[in-house]
Amino acid sequence: MRFIETRAALLFISPWLIGFLIFTAWPVINSAYLSLTDYDVINDPNFVGFDNYVTLFEDPKVGLALRNTFIYTVMSVPAQLIVSLGLALLLNSATKASGFFRTAFFLPKMTPPVAIGILLLMLFNGQSGLVNGFLGVFGIDGPAWTTDPDWIKPGLVLMNLWTVGSSVVIMLAALRGVPQELYDSALVDGAGWWKRTLRITVPMISPTLFFLFIVDSINALQSFTEAYTAFFGSGNTTYSNDAALFYAIYLFQQAFEFLHMGYASALAWLLFIVIMAITAVQMLVTRRFVHYEGGNP
Amino acid sequence: MRRLGKVLVWAALIAFTVAFIYPFIWLLSASFKPRSEVFDHRILPETFTFDNYIQVWHEAPLALWMFNTLLVTVLAAVAVTITSAMVAWGFAYFRFPGRGPLFGLVLATMMLPGAVTMIPVFLIWNSLGMVGTLTPLWAQNLFGSAFYIFLLRQFFLGLPREPFEAAKIDGANNWRIFTRIALPLCKPAVVVTLLFEFQAAWTDLMRPLIYLRDSTTFTVPRGLKALLDQFGFGGEWHWEIVMTASVITTIPMIILFFIGQKHFVKGIATTGGK
Repeated sequence: MRFIETRAALLFISPWLIGFLIFTAWPVINSAYLSLTDYDVINDPNFVGFDNYVTLFEDPKVGLALRNTFIYTVMSVPAQLIVSLGLALLLNSATKASGFFRTAFFLPKMTPPVAIGILLLMLFNGQSGLVNGFLGVFGIDGPAWTTDPDWIKPGLVLMNLWTVGSSVVIMLAALRGVPQELYDSALVDGAGWWKRTLRITVPMISPTLFFLFIVDSINALQSFTEAYTAFFGSGNTTYSNDAALFYAIYLFQQAFEFLHMGYASALAWLLFIVIMAITAVQMLVTRRFVHYEGGNP
Repeated sequence: MRRLGKVLVWAALIAFTVAFIYPFIWLLSASFKPRSEVFDHRILPETFTFDNYIQVWHEAPLALWMFNTLLVTVLAAVAVTITSAMVAWGFAYFRFPGRGPLFGLVLATMMLPGAVTMIPVFLIWNSLGMVGTLTPLWAQNLFGSAFYIFLLRQFFLGLPREPFEAAKIDGANNWRIFTRIALPLCKPAVVVTLLFEFQAAWTDLMRPLIYLRDSTTFTVPRGLKALLDQFGFGGEWHWEIVMTASVITTIPMIILFFIGQKHFVKGIATTGGK
């Protein structure tokens, strides 16, 4: 009986087991091996030991790509968290039509990232873009968002704020889970809006904030499509795109434009280590600020 | 004071709604403007024209791109839903040695950045002679996907066990119990899986960039990138073509959202899937 049940279970999970062996386990092993070789797909891999990893530290583009990616992540993740929390708080305090506003905030998330890259080029165009047109109304002379190296990353951060909708939905669900009694008793004590938000709301939804902080960071460190669409590819011959060279873009170029499969595999492992290290530090540092109802697990 | 607060909340909500919706209106409006007026920022075009749509239709094999994308998207969504549901059921219903560690492994694969497996997986498809075809864009979905397995398993675990035990006593086999009882009970989670994967497959750019070479095999996002490279900043500054193609790429996703709005919002709120 036990054996029959095990056999049935294995049949049901067999698609994942087979897929895991072919598309995860073997690629992980192969990637580790390839990172120790020179390989251009056409000729056989040539074993070079740790040369690729040595090259990583000497390649100025790796340093540039890491710096760009870190700067973008450090700007983008807090901005996403603050804006999505603000919008979720607004939605939560509107009793009427909150469904309509939620739809409005979520809709941009449906836009394909390639179209978001294109919108970035047009909305943030230095001369004729909508954003600078809007700033002009207030007498502000907006920067050249898409060509000035200092403004490319802030432009990308702002453009990506357009897609906070899914974070808003997640935070709103968390806000709705905060028991009303807590607010009622705080009101009796005469606590104002700010105090209630900081002392009750934020601690009560801190597990969600923590979750979004980690997930957004992992995603930001792997940013690719919007920046690649707007600043890379065969079309861009007109201006420098060094400021938008994210790590995932450099990895993609090395692998599929220059066919440096060995070097690109080493780049992939460095990315894996960087993401793991950053996630571990974030967890250690922020964990103590996370409040779990019913005690910390 | 409370009244003032309410007014401020509404003012902020309306301001943000305008900020979030206006880019759509701007883009849609620009797609009906002649080239010289594209950046005039008028909500309603001064000169209303369909020329951009006609020109995009002539410049690009748009119907073919749409067909390719739809094919990949439907296959990807259906494949991943069926296999992920099977695997999720395997982990939720049966008790077998090694179940816990094995499910831990499923979750662990979600932590692995796609960049690590990207190159070896490309080499697999390359050795099968599939690079340049649409197959690598969806066939991996035949083996389930960790996130959806997790999502569906959670849902299965929430079902009461009695109907399954009763069916078993009535002589139903495991496959029948899964397809006739478990799957129909789990319809909301199945719909969420289908919708999420439909969106993911439709909007993906990286895999089409890696695997597609010839423009007749392009998906719509890959084609849009090619149009940008040809008509946008690299070339002829025909922004009206790029904008019109962007509208065409985005509209199916907007329609998808309004069809499945309830499921999208609920799915994201309960799983944290982004």
